[in-house]
Amino acid sequence: MTTTTHDTHHDAHDDHHHGPAKGIMRWVLTTNHKDIGTLYLWFSFIMFLIGGAMAMVIRAELFQPGLQLVEPNFFNQMTTVHGLVMVFGAVMPAFTGLANWLIPMMIGAPDMALPRMNNWSFWILPFAFLILLSSLFMEGGAPNFGWTFYAPLSTTYSPDSTALFVFSVHIMGMSSIMGAINVIVTIVNLRAPGMTWMKLPLFVWTWLITAFLLIAVMPVLAGTVTMVLTDKYFGTSFFDAAGGGDPVMFQHIFWFFGHPEVYIMILPSFGIISAIVPAFARKPLFGYASMVYATASIAILSFLVWAHHMFTTGMPVFAELFFMYCTMLIAVPTGVKVFNWVATMWRGSMTFETPMLFAVAFIILFTIGGFSGLMLAITPVDFQYHDTYFVVAHFHYVLVTGAIFSIMGAAYYWLPKWTGHMYDEKLGKLHFWCSVISVNVLFFPMHFLGLAGMPRRIPDYAVQFADVNQIVSIGGFAFGLSQLIFLAVVIKCIRGGAKAPAKPWEGAEGLEWTLPSPAPYHSFTTPPEVK
Amino acid sequence: MTSKHQNYYVPSQSGWPIMGAIGLFLIAYGAGNFVHQMKSGGSGAGYILLAGIAVILFMLVGWFRNVIDESMSGLYSSQMDRSFRQGMSWFIFSEVMFFAAFFGALFYARMVAVPWLGGASNNAMTHEVLWPTFEAIWPLETTPDGTKTQAMGWYGLPLINTILLLTSSFTLHFAHLALEKGNRGALKLWLGVTILLGLSFLGLQAEEYIHAYTEMGLTLASGVYGNTFFLLTGFHGLHVTLGSIFLIVLFFRVLKGHFSIDNHFAFQAGSWYWHFVDVVWLCLFVFVYVL
Repeated sequence: MTTTTHDTHHDAHDDHHHGPAKGIMRWVLTTNHKDIGTLYLWFSFIMFLIGGAMAMVIRAELFQPGLQLVEPNFFNQMTTVHGLVMVFGAVMPAFTGLANWLIPMMIGAPDMALPRMNNWSFWILPFAFLILLSSLFMEGGAPNFGWTFYAPLSTTYSPDSTALFVFSVHIMGMSSIMGAINVIVTIVNLRAPGMTWMKLPLFVWTWLITAFLLIAVMPVLAGTVTMVLTDKYFGTSFFDAAGGGDPVMFQHIFWFFGHPEVYIMILPSFGIISAIVPAFARKPLFGYASMVYATASIAILSFLVWAHHMFTTGMPVFAELFFMYCTMLIAVPTGVKVFNWVATMWRGSMTFETPMLFAVAFIILFTIGGFSGLMLAITPVDFQYHDTYFVVAHFHYVLVTGAIFSIMGAAYYWLPKWTGHMYDEKLGKLHFWCSVISVNVLFFPMHFLGLAGMPRRIPDYAVQFADVNQIVSIGGFAFGLSQLIFLAVVIKCIRGGAKAPAKPWEGAEGLEWTLPSPAPYHSFTTPPEVK
Repeated sequence: MTSKHQNYYVPSQSGWPIMGAIGLFLIAYGAGNFVHQMKSGGSGAGYILLAGIAVILFMLVGWFRNVIDESMSGLYSSQMDRSFRQGMSWFIFSEVMFFAAFFGALFYARMVAVPWLGGASNNAMTHEVLWPTFEAIWPLETTPDGTKTQAMGWYGLPLINTILLLTSSFTLHFAHLALEKGNRGALKLWLGVTILLGLSFLGLQAEEYIHAYTEMGLTLASGVYGNTFFLLTGFHGLHVTLGSIFLIVLFFRVLKGHFSIDNHFAFQAGSWYWHFVDVVWLCLFVFVYVL
């Protein structure tokens, strides 16, 4: 993809009358995509630390068998809120923040298409999490039914804070839907002249498809929590067999949302890796078109696989087979992607700066998560793995070493563009190596725990699991501490450091690198001509 | 090509979104505590909920006034207009998926959950052990635990309502055609007729609900038939209410002389929304009432 701009230098002059406002109100009232992107990213990082702290509580309790530190009910609140915070508070807002910062710059747009709604979709999020987190301090405690809030745990047996949980999830959903509408409209309508569909950077493509998934399934989540609300408070029996409903119906509706949701949390990662790998291999991406089609296939298939989360609920055999085969089909487009990344690196002039290290680690570790997913997809085998630590290992490989690693890689890759400074490469590498070692100590042994039969979401366990759990917990604490290095790198990079050139990475491609670093407050007030 | 892309209007700072965020926070926090207090006693949360609704209404009026002023002063380009149209279409798609969740529940309950409780497929023992006297018949007038109710027929009020709403889609389309021809008189007439049809629909639905609650014993709590009936028709009724308010605002804007032959996004959006609500009703009528 070749992109040129004819008026890069004008942009710096054009925005002298439109600089950022001063003080805190700049952030509260802003309609600027970069400000809002920054808000999303910081919010996501704070949520990452809060959710991480809860994970530390979980690992501390599981350090030894027996009940040591917390009550079982509080342990359940920790697993529940950890999941909710990480999914809806850390990973999804991080991607939306990246979308806000990058998509207008990548497609040559002046801003997001609907800037005021953009502000709204961010600012309702902190309030949603204020409500959710405040329920930790309520009488009866926070939600304790797992982030998947299966009925009847969330209806008959749930704490008083369930209604607050329901409404906070409603707000999170509204935020995601508005954010997604903004992304789609921006991409469809605000591309610079000449930025044709098959010239779009893959991050833009993957986000376009992610946004479609968000608009399609977040309303279904809203419907699910609404039915939980009416079941608990208004006497309905959607999920109660005594009234003609079915608790398994909850799982069907929830996972109809939930499975596309897990692709929502990985497709933008694919876009990020597809930007970083070519830049540091100094070769164009191998198989651009096949990447686009693979992303679209994954998105379509994601609607046909939801019941692989429910193999042990007693579905008819036909359904088990259908969902098993559909799930295994997803390995095909995903394999295309992994192949393309590796082929991009093949005979490239590779260097391994921090973003590339995270990208390479992503490719290897995400693939491990993908393979354990394939194992789980095989119905008869899943009967053994279901609800064990094998599942926990699987989804943490795809979410931590997948989604989170790609977000970290993206942060290092674009930090020079955002701040105008180079980050500290030594600290960045230290962060990477600490993270990649500790994360494997943390999650890899969980596979063995699961295969040996340790159930998930239990504060106590049989003594035979004690030694491996200790190793896992040590990995967990180390991984948690390693993220403080990341915080240090980011703060240091914002406050100073070597001046970043417009294009700090030799092999980087894309319109965002034609803008000076830091990028001017308004990106492309006049659209560039893309050739 | 360049003219298509010039002067995309990026609004400066705005206070409406943060006000909307605070409003939503008050609604969610108030409602969350309100439903809890409804069940377990206590009071006060209702006022937070009402305050939130007031803030949101104030915000909506202010925000829309802001947008209308910008539109009337010619700040918007045709590209901006496309953004709005696409945004509205995707919003309606999200609404479709919201209803899909409840239709999904209806289909699952009717085709799977209830037959299985009656012993269908490989569930003979479920039936035998749990509720051996339960009969799997839809509409589910007797639930497994014995709650009894009556099913709502499709003739009478629901049929009249279907005719009202279908007609209103046509009258709104006539209003749109009149707007595009510049015939303001016909526009006012057809838009007014549409609003009256929408309000009559709501009135009749209120009567249907009263009838169900007081005479038929059909309530929100009467098993999965009542659940799906009231959530589907209730959320639909809520959307008709919002749509009617939308159309009433459009009516007053028409009286003030807003909208031109080639610049009437708000009218277009209101009309799309109304047609969408109409299609949802058609699905409701078929799947909830007739079948």
